[in-house]
Amino acid sequence: MNSMTLSFQDALTMLGRELKHTLRYPLMLVASILTPVVMLLLFVYILGGPIGHGLGDAARSAPYVDFLAPGILLMTVAAGSSSTAITVHTDMTGGIIDRFRAMAVGRGALLTGHVGGYVVRTILTCTVVTGVALLAGFRPHATVAGWFAVIGIVVAFSFALAWLSVALGLVTKSVAGANSSTLPLLFLLPFLSSAFVPAGSMPAGVRWFSAHQPFTPVVDTLRALLTGAPAGSAAYVALAWCGGIALAGYLWARAAFIRGSR
Amino acid sequence: MCVMNALTQNQTRTAVSVTGLRKTYGEQVVLDDIDLRIGEGEVFALLGPNGAGKTTTVRILSTLIPADAGVASVMGHDLRSEAGAIRGLIGLTGQFSAVDDMLTGEENLLLMGRLLHLPAPQRRARAAWLLERFELAGEAKRLPATYSGGMRRRLDLAMTLMGEPRLIFLDEPTTGLDPRSRHAMWQIVGDLVADGVTVLLTTQYLEEADRLADRIAVLDHGRIVAEGTPAELKGRISGAHIRLRLADAASLEAAALALPEGTPDEEELVLRVPHDGRVTALREVLARLGDAVCVDDLSIHTPDLDDVFFALTGSPQPGDHPDDLPEEQTK
Repeated sequence: MNSMTLSFQDALTMLGRELKHTLRYPLMLVASILTPVVMLLLFVYILGGPIGHGLGDAARSAPYVDFLAPGILLMTVAAGSSSTAITVHTDMTGGIIDRFRAMAVGRGALLTGHVGGYVVRTILTCTVVTGVALLAGFRPHATVAGWFAVIGIVVAFSFALAWLSVALGLVTKSVAGANSSTLPLLFLLPFLSSAFVPAGSMPAGVRWFSAHQPFTPVVDTLRALLTGAPAGSAAYVALAWCGGIALAGYLWARAAFIRGSR
Repeated sequence: MCVMNALTQNQTRTAVSVTGLRKTYGEQVVLDDIDLRIGEGEVFALLGPNGAGKTTTVRILSTLIPADAGVASVMGHDLRSEAGAIRGLIGLTGQFSAVDDMLTGEENLLLMGRLLHLPAPQRRARAAWLLERFELAGEAKRLPATYSGGMRRRLDLAMTLMGEPRLIFLDEPTTGLDPRSRHAMWQIVGDLVADGVTVLLTTQYLEEADRLADRIAVLDHGRIVAEGTPAELKGRISGAHIRLRLADAASLEAAALALPEGTPDEEELVLRVPHDGRVTALREVLARLGDAVCVDDLSIHTPDLDDVFFALTGSPQPGDHPDDLPEEQTK
């Protein structure tokens, strides 16, 4: 076996370890489902009436939940970030990282295991959250190809946020720090995007920010795909953002990982 | 004896050879020009207080961190250019538990087996054998959170042994263990040596180094201040003495007058008289003291590694009941 296959095998081993952790300690997985579900229910049943009215549901002949569900999906992807940042941080500060480092194990295997775990968990949580959205009245009109594209965007975005979360887990100094470093991904950026209300309805400064931050093209693409509308250029912008965040997160994580071994 | 040692050393192959190893963190010099040579199959102890540089040495030699300067080869491979090859031959049991707390004991071992790329049947067989050997078979399916400190440490070492390493680093293997677990760990290290494995262990326990090591290097402030077999090190400091504790200053003065070869310690009211261990010599000392001098306490002191350690590291004088020292000082 050459070193490429061995590295891949090591990454799979680390992914297996990561998924076993998730099964053994499912609380973080449950939390990353509950947060978007609570938001979904809150916005559909409590805040949704006036918001939908304000958005002109009747004129669009679509309930607010159809607008909201893609945004909740986006939030679900982001909700995985804290558990990855925390587990990466815990791995790095425990003794086990030295054990792995002193073995002939692919250098990046531990980190890619965490990234893979993030993506796998996100597919699971997004499936559950989509199910809840359907129960709450969400009626998507996506084609089969559209659904595959949705899965593709979810995977690409979770891959990007995974590398970012790994980097955050590496650079933070405590578990609490690792946790709170991901909060903007979960609670700030989704609200300052077109996830809950269209960017056009926001004050000028926020609107500018919203139009130029990564979460907006991602949610716009998801919404277009799920409602069967053409996604247009938003899809390319979204994928470019995913690639950029993934690359930046990867480089940041790599630098932090190397810096940690002096 | 020394000649024999030299001969046997030349015959064995070198497991670790280090010349001029240096490491600094900012202004602080952690390792200052360390030279070491460890033969294959040898148990070598790095003995020193906390902060002496023991763990840094282990971390450098186990490829975890680079040295700032110096040349080192481990199991015949250059540390700087062939770290990958070295990693396949060594096992590290670090100072802090390197057990995955969310996996059972057995799963921890199997994880190691996977990372070592062992085929599945071999992986399972070796894990079962190690669990049996380290008396963990009954707890194999339980999470390490339910383990005692000694069991955790045994699992830790079992994980290190999954790959049958030829050189094992044990960084303070018994720190924090109760006496029973410590003895069990000593037994295990003894068995490793019987298998022909080379062991580099660090310890702050002199008894441990004396008991386990073929050779000892005493490390203090990043320098090796002494190196040799336990017997050689003990031979390096002045020999046995009789320790007399007197009732008061006047008695001490009288005793010092009667035994001019002794060394008085006014603060502790103690007189140390060189002694070669013969009973007649002891009787003679007592006779010379006479009945007038009031001796509170008498003890005969033979040198142990504590004396060597304190003599070399400049800590309290030999003979000052090193066992009673507060923890901070021995660390």
